[in-house]
Amino acid sequence: MVHIKRLQEDGADIIAIIGEIDASSSIELDLAIAKSVGDGYRKILVDCNGLEYISSAGLGVFMSYIEELKDKKVYLVLFGLKERVLNTFSILGLADLLNIRETKSDAKKLVDELSV
Amino acid sequence: MGALIFWVVLAFSDITVLFADIKALPSDVPQWLPQVMLDLFIISLFYYYKFKIERDESLNFTDLLWKVFATGLIATVISLAVRLLLFLLGSTPLPTNILFIDLVYQINLGLFINFLLAAYTSWKRLILYQKSKWLIRAWLAFELLLFCILVYDSIHIVVSSTLSNTAILLVSALGLILSFNMRWVAYLNFKQKWTSLLLLLLSIFYLVYFLYSVTILSDTVSQQSTAFIDFQSHVFSIALLAFVITYITFSFLVVLFNLPTSSVFEQKLEEVVSFQRISQSIQTEQNEESVYNILLESSVSAVFADAAWLEMKATDSEQKLYTHKISAQESKDIRAHLEKNKIKGALDQSSDKTKNLSKHLGSLKNSRFRSLLAFPIKVKEETIGTLALLKELPEGFNKEMTRIVSAFANQAGISIENFRLMEEAFQNARYKEELKIAKTVQQSLLPTKLETNLDFEISAFSASADEVGGDYYDTLRINEHEVALIIADVSGKGTTAAFHMSQMKGIFHSLAQQGPSPKDFMVKANKALVYCLERGSFISATYFVINTQTKKVHYSRAGHCPVLYHQAAKNQSVFLKDKGTALGMVRSLDYSNFVENQEIDYQPGDVMVLYTDGITEAKNGKGEEFGGERLAAALQNSAQKSSKEIEENVIKHLYEFSGTEDINDDYTSMTVKFQ
Repeated sequence: MVHIKRLQEDGADIIAIIGEIDASSSIELDLAIAKSVGDGYRKILVDCNGLEYISSAGLGVFMSYIEELKDKKVYLVLFGLKERVLNTFSILGLADLLNIRETKSDAKKLVDELSV
Repeated sequence: MGALIFWVVLAFSDITVLFADIKALPSDVPQWLPQVMLDLFIISLFYYYKFKIERDESLNFTDLLWKVFATGLIATVISLAVRLLLFLLGSTPLPTNILFIDLVYQINLGLFINFLLAAYTSWKRLILYQKSKWLIRAWLAFELLLFCILVYDSIHIVVSSTLSNTAILLVSALGLILSFNMRWVAYLNFKQKWTSLLLLLLSIFYLVYFLYSVTILSDTVSQQSTAFIDFQSHVFSIALLAFVITYITFSFLVVLFNLPTSSVFEQKLEEVVSFQRISQSIQTEQNEESVYNILLESSVSAVFADAAWLEMKATDSEQKLYTHKISAQESKDIRAHLEKNKIKGALDQSSDKTKNLSKHLGSLKNSRFRSLLAFPIKVKEETIGTLALLKELPEGFNKEMTRIVSAFANQAGISIENFRLMEEAFQNARYKEELKIAKTVQQSLLPTKLETNLDFEISAFSASADEVGGDYYDTLRINEHEVALIIADVSGKGTTAAFHMSQMKGIFHSLAQQGPSPKDFMVKANKALVYCLERGSFISATYFVINTQTKKVHYSRAGHCPVLYHQAAKNQSVFLKDKGTALGMVRSLDYSNFVENQEIDYQPGDVMVLYTDGITEAKNGKGEEFGGERLAAALQNSAQKSSKEIEENVIKHLYEFSGTEDINDDYTSMTVKFQ
């Protein structure tokens, strides 16, 4: 089960994920990111403080956006990943492909720098 | 046959008695014989019709009436033929001969009674069409009384006149009561009613004819002889005649007066049939569309609507329109008009009530319709569509019509719901079947035999959950000194996972035999897979080449779980965490920047455990994961044993930890023990 909330802060769209993301709930994550991109945000922050677990399908969602975001010049930064979740990202080598920061302010700074 | 013999004896004996009487001669034939013969004649005819008419299940109401009519017709034709004969013999003395007249009389009487009994048996079936205990008893009493009268007739015991009068009164009363059972009339349709009327009328005509001719004849005979027994003194015949006449008259009148209501009854029947059609339409492998069409058709015919439309929600925003004798534009105009006037009713999809919107139509110009009735169609409490019925007459719908169409709409809703449930069940069954196939495919992709060498032995284990996963492992001998190993995990589950797994197997078998460096293998594999995998899918893998000449393991990790390596010399187990991104993730960038070549010098006694994340992520009842530490511990305490034993130990620990044999992911491991 997962609960996804979106809120806007300083022109950035913050997607907060609370719960676990598996094969079935990954669809919700996909929808949330698609909506955010569709709404025209160029700065997207993903708040993973409440993310307890992510399966390979969930990682696949982030992965599937890499190319599209690059083409549209949209910048996505993840922050607040729990150690276990971060481990999943790094084992798969996704940590090298995605922008990951520890805190929200670091993430904001990064996304501002990138989008200049 | 018997009846005919009895009749012949009857006629003969009667004539003899008459002859003796006229000539005042003592007769050899006893006086009672004609009467007894008449009774036997009646009884045999009674049984004849009982078997011919009463037991024949195939006869319907009009057939019964037809039988009566046909019997009457034949009897009348024969009687008329006799009359013609009499007329032809006009001038000869024969027609005035009393004995000859008696013969003619007996012929007529026989035919008459035959006709009456045929009618009687048919009436019995009509009356007893809808039986009740009470009715059957009444009928039995009636028949018994008639029989008593028959017996009484033949044996001339003069009982007190009160008794006989009471009996006659009782029979009349019973006959009258029984004659009120006219339920069969209701089951006739309009055409059948007309046929019945005609048949009944003709039967009445025959009755009158016979009554007339028999009376005339008997009068003639009795004027000349006292020994002649007039049929009028035969109480049974009179009772029978009275009953037949009563019932035929009643039937005629009831059918006549039921003529105007027959259309209502037919209408009701049609409604029932429509109802059945709606509920059965699904079972005959029809689709939702046919349910809609049947609903539209039945509703229109049930309330004599001039036009109708059915609007169904196809998707969230789209509507599908089915129309009957109305153009889509016209219905659109009406809906637009109602919307404009802000009339809330069943026509807007959110309403759940049947509404009569007729009064609002009045304000719409150029519309030929004056009445409008709208019904919601609901599936699982949710309105999925609207049925609208239109009439050109104002106030065209009554309460009865509203009720019946409402029932139709409900039934259609149920049918559609059933249809959808069935479809779902069917899909599920298909999905399960697909999974079964995928699982078989997956199992067949795993090797049955693994490469071995003097330097190492390999054991592998794989168990999959109900759902098909995408775990893959394999070995391949490159040359004398080199053996390639792979372990991979395809993201996702089901048929796609099995499909991607087979692609991975193909890539492994074609690339590995060329002996590339592990990094090269990954770069080439990625290139191949990027075109095969859809967005969001990837494969994590680790590729090894064990070189027994140089005693080295070369490997490259692409996003797969880190290798657990046991060093016998140090007696410690460590995870080899190095850089590497899964296959299929990097599409536009240079993948060679994301994978690395690694190498280990192996010693005898070293152990290498390869596994998929199903093992480390296996959970126990508390929701804790098995994790890397428990896995390392399981290896550590059995590292001295053979690869098979090490593997069994790991699996044992895993199952003990999860506390169940039901696994929710795939467990795959490959253990390499160096010697």
